[in-house]
Amino acid sequence: MENSALNIVVLVKYVPDAQFDRHLIGDAHTIDRSESILSELDEYALEAALALTDARGGAKAGNVVTALTLGPASAAVAVKKSLQIGATQGLHVNDDALAGSDAWATSLALAAAIKTLGPVDLVITGMASTDGETSIIPAQLAARLGLPQVTFASALEVDGGTVTARRDGDDYSEEIQASLPALVSVTDQANDPRYPNFKGIIAAKKKKMTTMSLADLGLSASDVGLAGSLTTVSAAAERPARTAGTIITDSGDAGIQLVDFLAAQKLI
Amino acid sequence: MPNFELNEEYQALSDMVRDFADNVVAPVSAQHDAEHSFPYEIVSHMGELGLFGLPFPEEFGGMGGDYFALALALEQLGRVDQSVAITLEAGVSLGAMPVHRFGTQAQKEAWLPQLTSGAALAGFGLTEPDAGSDAGRTSTRAKLQDGEWVIDGSKQFITNSGTDITKFVTVTAVTGSTERADGTVKKEISTIIVPNGTPGFTVEKPYGKVGWNASDTHPLTFTNARVPEENLLGERGRGYANFLSILDEGRIAIAALATGAAQGCVDEAVRYAKERHAFGHNIGHYQGISFKIARMQSRAHLARLAYYDAASRMLAGKSFKTEAAIAKMVASEAAMDNARDATQVFGGYGFINEFTVARHYRDSKILEIGEGTTEVQLMLIARDLGL
Ligand SMILES: Cc1cc2nc3c(=O)[nH]c(=O)nc-3n(C[C@H](O)[C@H](O)[C@H](O)COP(=O)(O)OP(=O)(O)OC[C@H]3O[C@@H](n4cnc5c(N)ncnc54)[C@H](O)[C@@H]3O)c2cc1C
Repeated sequence: MENSALNIVVLVKYVPDAQFDRHLIGDAHTIDRSESILSELDEYALEAALALTDARGGAKAGNVVTALTLGPASAAVAVKKSLQIGATQGLHVNDDALAGSDAWATSLALAAAIKTLGPVDLVITGMASTDGETSIIPAQLAARLGLPQVTFASALEVDGGTVTARRDGDDYSEEIQASLPALVSVTDQANDPRYPNFKGIIAAKKKKMTTMSLADLGLSASDVGLAGSLTTVSAAAERPARTAGTIITDSGDAGIQLVDFLAAQKLI
Repeated sequence: MPNFELNEEYQALSDMVRDFADNVVAPVSAQHDAEHSFPYEIVSHMGELGLFGLPFPEEFGGMGGDYFALALALEQLGRVDQSVAITLEAGVSLGAMPVHRFGTQAQKEAWLPQLTSGAALAGFGLTEPDAGSDAGRTSTRAKLQDGEWVIDGSKQFITNSGTDITKFVTVTAVTGSTERADGTVKKEISTIIVPNGTPGFTVEKPYGKVGWNASDTHPLTFTNARVPEENLLGERGRGYANFLSILDEGRIAIAALATGAAQGCVDEAVRYAKERHAFGHNIGHYQGISFKIARMQSRAHLARLAYYDAASRMLAGKSFKTEAAIAKMVASEAAMDNARDATQVFGGYGFINEFTVARHYRDSKILEIGEGTTEVQLMLIARDLGL
């Protein structure tokens, strides 16, 4: 078992590009995804997986990194990008009935998708999505799959059948071990995600990309979507446009005014 | 109908380089420009991304892509940092390409893997103090003596010739002469690989340039510099013709870089025109500004179409010399015009060095001069018209 090949699933999400303004649409207050990309936080998860498998001889040595996404047809972009960066194969769960699913329903479908991949050593996720930002999927997924979970890892090692992760708090750092198979979510401090190179871009075209519907996963429409969700977004509003700031003109007491302002905003 | 839409691979490459340019290159551009420092860390990162290997076969460490892939990468880099872009352009199209096109198997094996990985750079020494546009006036000489070329002369303005990772410069030199039927003398010009560190080969102090501050440019002198006979690159006497064909391709690359610069000026100007307020509105509200930027966008668009066309002709194996000359001229003028207009949009800030548009203003002028001046491009276009 010492450093044998790993079978890793990385969750990747297609999210609106944070560089652009975001907008909410429809009664379910879903996010407009017209300018979307592979979530930057998921790039750390992918890098963590690739670093582990590279150290074990990569795909040639039988290591597998599956990039898994759930979302509409356009979400395939997140998987394609992952394949270009270095994932071995892609899995895209796409079904109209999934629209409006909350974290609970989403984790149900993701767990079912992971089960189709046979015995998996590690499921790696990012620390949050850069859109919904619930950070709850990793925990729900671990529970559904019966895996030990280590969340918010800022360093990750696998030795034999054990994964060791470092969690950094504000004033402490802890090391946590779990036996494989396990689920780990990594932070944006975990590594430096690589860029795809041109060879990777060309190679991605030949990699296996599977699309699955709910039926392929043995689920029905009522298990997911708004019907299968425990939560609904009852109201959401776009942030009001920024108003002009307060300008303090120094006539001797600017320091005091500044402190008063910060105190009023509960910043100090 | 022609179709200039990028396929999935080209688009992915372009997106990747754009991301790299914005997130890795742009944050250090102003500092390298101010300090006139060579961006070694960026060059090494570009090597990891495979950019130096784009148009070369995998056998020599390349990426198995093509010249258009290189051009797309140069456009994205040129948007934010012309010094970085020209370092890649010269590294690939002037440093490595002559060895790939004209080298022997042994020369390719010896030099290409380090060049295509970005671990090493090479220079292309054509221009001399007294021979630029009219590079055939070369006066550097190379005499074959006891199995060695003995080189004497000097070269002017040679890019990438003096970095810590520069391995050699390929120079043109007169290796003899033949008498034409009419009695006039024809110089025999050949190209020779001269490794840096060869005794008698001196890389002189860098220039104080107007722009491209983070790009490496030096005068070179050769005094009794000796290299083995097998350092001849390509056929003896074909050196000038070979170098001119390298420059034909290089013009597509420069056009792409210039298109990027022109687009970078548009992007900056649009952003600033929305942010900056005067007389109760953002300045983009006034047609004096918005029309200026609309014209800038049109120039960048035309420049891009011109280089896409020249590159697609080249890849299809058609003649592309005139189209490359047009693209180089149109794109470099677009860069210069857009840099001037973007600076105007920025007002006083446009005159401050650390602003990207100010850097483009200083950097863009050389695009109308290097790898063939605008006048040289016009000569080529006119010649094609039979004039
Ligand atoms: C930063 C930088 C990097 C460079 N890198 C390299 C490099 O790596 N390798 C290399 O070999 N060279 C390099 N060059 C040199 C560059 O290619 C030359 O400067 C350019 O070709 C022009 O040559 P010149 O400077 O001798 O100008 P000249 O040829 O002397 O031209 C002066 C002016 O006369 C015009 N002119 C000349 N002939 C005609 C004509 N028949 N009709 C109308 N107008 C004419 C020109 O267009 C120009 O405007 C570089 C230059 C710079 C500044």
